[in-house]
Amino acid sequence: MRRIYLDHSATTPLDPRVLDAMMPYFSDTYGNSMAVHQYGREAEHALETARETLAGLLNCAPGEIVFTSGGTESDNIALRGVAQHARLSGKPVTVITSPVEHEAISATARQLHDLFDAALRVVPVDHFGRVDPADLRAALQNLPAGGVTLVTLIDTNNEVGSRNPIPALAAVAHEFGALFHTDAVQAAGQFSLDVQQLGVDMLSISSHKFYGPKGAGALYVREGVALMTPQTGASHEDHRRAGTHNIPGIVGTARALELARAELPETAHRLSALRDRLVEGVLEQVTDAQLTGHPTDRLPGHASLVFKNVESNLLLMHLDQRGIAASSGSACKVGDPKPSPILEALGYGPEWTRGGLRLTLGHSTTEDDIDAVLSALPDAIAQIRRITAHA
Amino acid sequence: MTERMTSPGRSRVVVAMSGGVDSSVAAALLVERGYDVIGMMLRLWSEDCGEGGSNRCCTPAQMADARRIASQLGIPFYVIDTQDVFRRTIVQFFIDRYAAGETPNPCLECNRHIRFDWLLNHAMALGAEFLATGHYARTERAPDGRVRLMAGRDAGKDQSYVLSVLTQEKLRHALFPVGDFTKPEVRALADRFGLPVAQKHDSQDLCFLADGDYRRFLAQHAPEAVRPGPIRTRDGRELGRHTGLPNYTIGQRKGLGISAPEPLYVLETDAAHNVLIVGTREELGNVGLVAGRMNWVSGEPPAEPFRAEVKIRYKARSAPAAITPLPSDGARVRFDAPQRDITPGQGAVIYDGDEVLGGGIIARVETERD
Repeated sequence: MRRIYLDHSATTPLDPRVLDAMMPYFSDTYGNSMAVHQYGREAEHALETARETLAGLLNCAPGEIVFTSGGTESDNIALRGVAQHARLSGKPVTVITSPVEHEAISATARQLHDLFDAALRVVPVDHFGRVDPADLRAALQNLPAGGVTLVTLIDTNNEVGSRNPIPALAAVAHEFGALFHTDAVQAAGQFSLDVQQLGVDMLSISSHKFYGPKGAGALYVREGVALMTPQTGASHEDHRRAGTHNIPGIVGTARALELARAELPETAHRLSALRDRLVEGVLEQVTDAQLTGHPTDRLPGHASLVFKNVESNLLLMHLDQRGIAASSGSACKVGDPKPSPILEALGYGPEWTRGGLRLTLGHSTTEDDIDAVLSALPDAIAQIRRITAHA
Repeated sequence: MTERMTSPGRSRVVVAMSGGVDSSVAAALLVERGYDVIGMMLRLWSEDCGEGGSNRCCTPAQMADARRIASQLGIPFYVIDTQDVFRRTIVQFFIDRYAAGETPNPCLECNRHIRFDWLLNHAMALGAEFLATGHYARTERAPDGRVRLMAGRDAGKDQSYVLSVLTQEKLRHALFPVGDFTKPEVRALADRFGLPVAQKHDSQDLCFLADGDYRRFLAQHAPEAVRPGPIRTRDGRELGRHTGLPNYTIGQRKGLGISAPEPLYVLETDAAHNVLIVGTREELGNVGLVAGRMNWVSGEPPAEPFRAEVKIRYKARSAPAAITPLPSDGARVRFDAPQRDITPGQGAVIYDGDEVLGGGIIARVETERD
């Protein structure tokens, strides 16, 4: 049976060209970048070259890049770093998020509330999962005097693929003297991210989402943003992220984003055409189905659908048995699926919120793959609806 | 790990896995025999299923064990959310029957409504021809094409009693790979297959109870079924008060809280009047029963009365009896010798030697006078 991978928003395979770039740094050039000897200098050279490459791609200064272990750590450093620094100076902290953030943001914000008494404010989203700058403006009223406010809004939603108007949102935050962070984990490699044009103070990326290695990522921190790192240790990354540098991962991150950027227009064009055909085909063939997220202002290879009265867990099982790897915001491996909080925030009722399906296309995706999904999916849904209707 | 790829021509089996030794060995045997095997686990409802809690028969640890075993065998593994249908059918049934004064056996109903209906449907929708479980029972194909349900080879472990609800249609799709083995042989097989489960204990009790205490469960979830009332003899003498009918079992002597010149036993319950009826040891034995909801495994009720052996609870010994099929899925059973503890709500399962001829649910007990 042919296997079709349509879960590129979960992770992507390592690009062989990225692996080539990383290979010398496992066993040949293996020094510790902090060491004074030649081994150390070689590692440091690789590190700083990667930093310059990444800074060039994001349009920032090399010193504004902090290498991390991935998106979750980047988000944690951003949120905790700002909150801890404010706490140290005795300033009240306010964190403003949306209801459709990744758990790396929402769970961290909740803990900052529990630990540091940070005030949490949540701005609503529209039916596509996007924040209206006017709503952010409303959420920024009556902030505590002399406090630190951090607005953190996702660039591109992982579950429904919609893109937030980040430049406008960051501009509103700055009007009120707030800091602005964005989780751009899904966006990196798929859109050309320019931190100056976006106007953000901090931005998180994760390499394995753009054909780089797992366990590697970065946080952009604008010069002058005061952080107190949550990970203490030696002086790596200018005291912003302690721990021996993962040189192969860092080299891979820079190389992967470089390749993604170079091939971006062509990839985006190809994937959005395939995606549109997939979405149209499903909506044509399956009753009680909807596209979730914005129809056009979304990730090029991202198709998110929702099916009425279908349990996603079962759908993923049926697709898996037909060789198709997909995912869902409400599925879980332990058989205890919950309604998707993201779909709930977008206003979907209970008959829809367990039935989300995400098919995310990537380099390997072909026209044949789309045909295979269009032939398997309607039948799988019919089977599931047939069994569960009279249970 | 690379999972075995599906190939046409091999028949597909879904095996219900619990993480325990029996279902794990069942899965391994099927893989060894060349079936296209898919592991599934049912996520059942349990009263502490809220945040972090889970059914004792599908705890995170057991799920992790089953998942690990499936990956070791190179088969896919899925957990199916069955919480809602299990609560609506099995747990509600359990509460309702206790409220009606019976002592239900939810395992029979689970095999009828969950395993060999809900799960079997899911298996067949995935293209499976068979559903396998780790039950100690066997099936045989009779010359006329019908499937016979037989006791497991290990008499001490035999679980055919709880499978007596299966119809021909279900049995045609059922496989019980460990039924041909004894428990020690199954443990040895687990060892040979390198399955890390060989030393685990058997699961017991009702899986949806947080602590195994069904009295506490009923008091909490169905307080209306547990009301204090009078304790009386058959001739209507009131001897004391009971704390709620579900708190007593037929044949119980201790803990009645009454004093009498001779030992008294629980004979039956009168749910309509909330009365616990007690009597002497001599009154305890009953000669017969009427069962309802009969399932005749062959698919047809016998035309004539016949003799066979009948088991009145899972762990009871079967006893010789005369059986008369009754209209509307009923059967009357007359034992050769009086039986103690015949309990409405339990299954009455009819055996001819090792073969299960049928089973029903005990509706009422018949005394010598009936």
